[in-house]
Amino acid sequence: MRMLDIQRLSVTFGGLHALNNLDFQVNEGEIVSVIGPNGAGKTTFFNMISGMVSPTSGDIVFEGESLLGLDPSQVTARGIARTFQNVRLFANMTILENVMVAQHCRTRQQVFGALFQTKAFRQEEKEIREYAEEVLSFFGTRLVGYRINQPASVLSYANRRRLEIARAMATRPRLLLLDEPVAGMNPKETAELAELIGRLRSEWGFTIVIIEHDMSVVRDVSDRVVVLDHGETIAQGSFDDVSNDPMVVEAYLGRPVQEAS
Amino acid sequence: MNSDVGLKENAPNRSSYPWLRAVRFSLLGSLASIFIALSGMPVGLDRRAIIYPVLSLGFLAILWVPLAMAASAGKETVLEGMEARKRGVIDVGVGSLVGLGSTSGICCLMVLIKNFDLRDPLVNWSPQLLDLLSYRQNISVGIGIWLLVGAGLGALGGLTNLISRFSRRLILNFVFAIVGVSVLETIVTDLSEGFGLAWVTDLMYYKRGGLEIYGALFVGIVAVAVPLLLRQRTTTARERFSSLSPNDQSRVKRISIIAGSLLLVILPFFLGKITNELLANVGLFVLLALGLNIVVGLAGILDLGYVAFFAVGGYTTAVLTSPDSPGFSPELPWPVALIVVVIFTGIVGLFIGAPVIRMRGDYLAIVTLGFGEIIRLLFLSDWLSDWFGGAQGITNIPGVEVGFATVKGTDPRSVFLLVLLFCAVAIYVSWRLEKSRLGRAWMAIREDEDVAEAMGINTTNTKLMAFVVGAVLASFSGAIFAAKVGSIFPTSFIMLVSIIILVVVIVGGMGNISGVIVGTVVLIGVLGGPKQPGLLQEFSQFKLLIYGALLVWMMLKRPEGLIPNIRRTRELHQDEFLQDAWLKGQIDSEDNHADSNVPKEGKDL
Repeated sequence: MRMLDIQRLSVTFGGLHALNNLDFQVNEGEIVSVIGPNGAGKTTFFNMISGMVSPTSGDIVFEGESLLGLDPSQVTARGIARTFQNVRLFANMTILENVMVAQHCRTRQQVFGALFQTKAFRQEEKEIREYAEEVLSFFGTRLVGYRINQPASVLSYANRRRLEIARAMATRPRLLLLDEPVAGMNPKETAELAELIGRLRSEWGFTIVIIEHDMSVVRDVSDRVVVLDHGETIAQGSFDDVSNDPMVVEAYLGRPVQEAS
Repeated sequence: MNSDVGLKENAPNRSSYPWLRAVRFSLLGSLASIFIALSGMPVGLDRRAIIYPVLSLGFLAILWVPLAMAASAGKETVLEGMEARKRGVIDVGVGSLVGLGSTSGICCLMVLIKNFDLRDPLVNWSPQLLDLLSYRQNISVGIGIWLLVGAGLGALGGLTNLISRFSRRLILNFVFAIVGVSVLETIVTDLSEGFGLAWVTDLMYYKRGGLEIYGALFVGIVAVAVPLLLRQRTTTARERFSSLSPNDQSRVKRISIIAGSLLLVILPFFLGKITNELLANVGLFVLLALGLNIVVGLAGILDLGYVAFFAVGGYTTAVLTSPDSPGFSPELPWPVALIVVVIFTGIVGLFIGAPVIRMRGDYLAIVTLGFGEIIRLLFLSDWLSDWFGGAQGITNIPGVEVGFATVKGTDPRSVFLLVLLFCAVAIYVSWRLEKSRLGRAWMAIREDEDVAEAMGINTTNTKLMAFVVGAVLASFSGAIFAAKVGSIFPTSFIMLVSIIILVVVIVGGMGNISGVIVGTVVLIGVLGGPKQPGLLQEFSQFKLLIYGALLVWMMLKRPEGLIPNIRRTRELHQDEFLQDAWLKGQIDSEDNHADSNVPKEGKDL
């Protein structure tokens, strides 16, 4: 089933075409990688899906409904969660609170419940906390235990990235957008996270779109690879197809010298 | 920790005295004392004795300068792994030099006043000042005395760096107890009269204000003896508390909170009119500060027009209850009016908030400032004077009928009790909301608004909710204010009120309920509100100067406030916090992790 369908999407910043007539589809249960050289428009692409930037033209259809004109919070409520390329945690909130606050759009209690400590309020708080702990324990012992009540700012870089994924998971999405999830990790951590991404699909049932520069991860996890350059799709298909595509090689390495002359 | 050794070896040799720092503090001291002298404090406050006849508040306003400068010149920050400078007689010597430097400013000022007349731009450039500064002696004698006093106080200040932390605290106790008890004379006599101990205070205080010498000695000795005697006991009590199970700990806390609030309820019956009046004023500001704390401290919306909601609360109450309300006068009883007031102020909060909330940071602050003024000017305007009485305001507001008594301004005790009730409500509201879904969303917005929105938080609604809750708490304060004062004028709602509430929240500790309360009690109680007198009525003309100086000092030295919120402290001292955590091994380093997991995961993969 088609989950996300993006048609002829364009965005211009001033005179710059960040994305140009982009077509992009994700089927339910797929893991799709988006790759491309720096400045290809990958992060803009994510920003547009998550509602932080509005497209100049084109349409984004998620599960049969258009996402155009929705606020980021509404997009998240529809079931799309994202992480950020430059980790943006709530640094002074604890690890548990980071994950608890992400369940905001899945919970309902307002001022009244909090003031009178209604049964529904206490029940909901308990559920939020339990779900948060469940999400955190997906990462083994790294984010739970004594760490759960520490501020996010003391976490190591790799753990911050993990917590960001946990926070996105806590919004109970169906589509997860991961923006360079392994950037800055060492090879061992990278391999571990690649395995976790696989489990995110098999155990949690998320459909996943990843932006990634690390080709080993892209090769290991993705069903399909989409290559962007200058805001356009220049190739898509399996990793092997794409990596041998002359257009892709050109985008990454430049045109060979002899052809130019 | 083994890394310490390495750090110590590499530490630079810091055995020499920080001379540059000493020079800087001398200059700072002389500038500060000249400024204080020219601000008019010595002359204005000379009539108020601290210890009769030795020390007056006017002299105290200058004399703390050499002492504090000498003490801070000798201080140094010792970082982890750094070796502290060797201390010795040199500290006393340099301290006295710094003291001398600090007072030399005053001496120059005296010479200048003697020879030039600059009274035109500088109002306080007067013969009285010279007369006072030279101890009503010849000018050269005066200069001599100042230099001697400066050197002596400076030596004392330097000395404080030689002694242990505990003895320094004892000395501070001694000094602050004397100054405090002397300055708080009104409340102390009021209290002792309430408990039937008037004779003690009659003995202690000189009849025209200030402590007698033996009274001062008595107070100082008590202040030193109490911590000396209780030192052991408090540490054992603390140890016993921390050895309790978390369940018992929370029970102990709950019991002490209940006991404390009972004490607060009983207290006003032992107090006189003046103190009750003062406490009622403080309570009104506590309500306002708690409300603003939700807006600024939790949700991070810098609202500089908070007084608007106080005004709306007050005016709505006046219109609904007063028989003299010009336009519309239903003469509702206060409790019924309060319900309408709360709903109406909430709606006003929505209306003001809706356009404002879309802005961020500086823009938002300026727009709220504007709205605060607009509301006041609307109440003042001729256009609406058929409703709100314009500059004449609304008078004859009845008190609050509570069956057996009427709460109104002439009976400050009942006002205080009413305020106390509403403060309890406000504290409960702040506490519960902070630990709820909404409170977490506010914090997330304060941390990073864009990410909060991407995580599914409707930032507009959530921020509006903070605005409305803040507005409702302010309307409580406004409603009580109207009933207490009995009349209401636009001049009660000037911009300064917003600013002072903000200062109180910042100084107390943003985002922390107890910090905000302590800040309000200390600042409003001691210095006084924008219009309300505090304990130090003598300071009323220097109130704003002191507020400003305090704010600057706090921002530099302790930006997290008197009683900080843990989170905000982290935010403001991010680097130090992380460094500490690293030194204590609390930070998890990825290398550690990777190493410890290598063999295990190697097999897994």
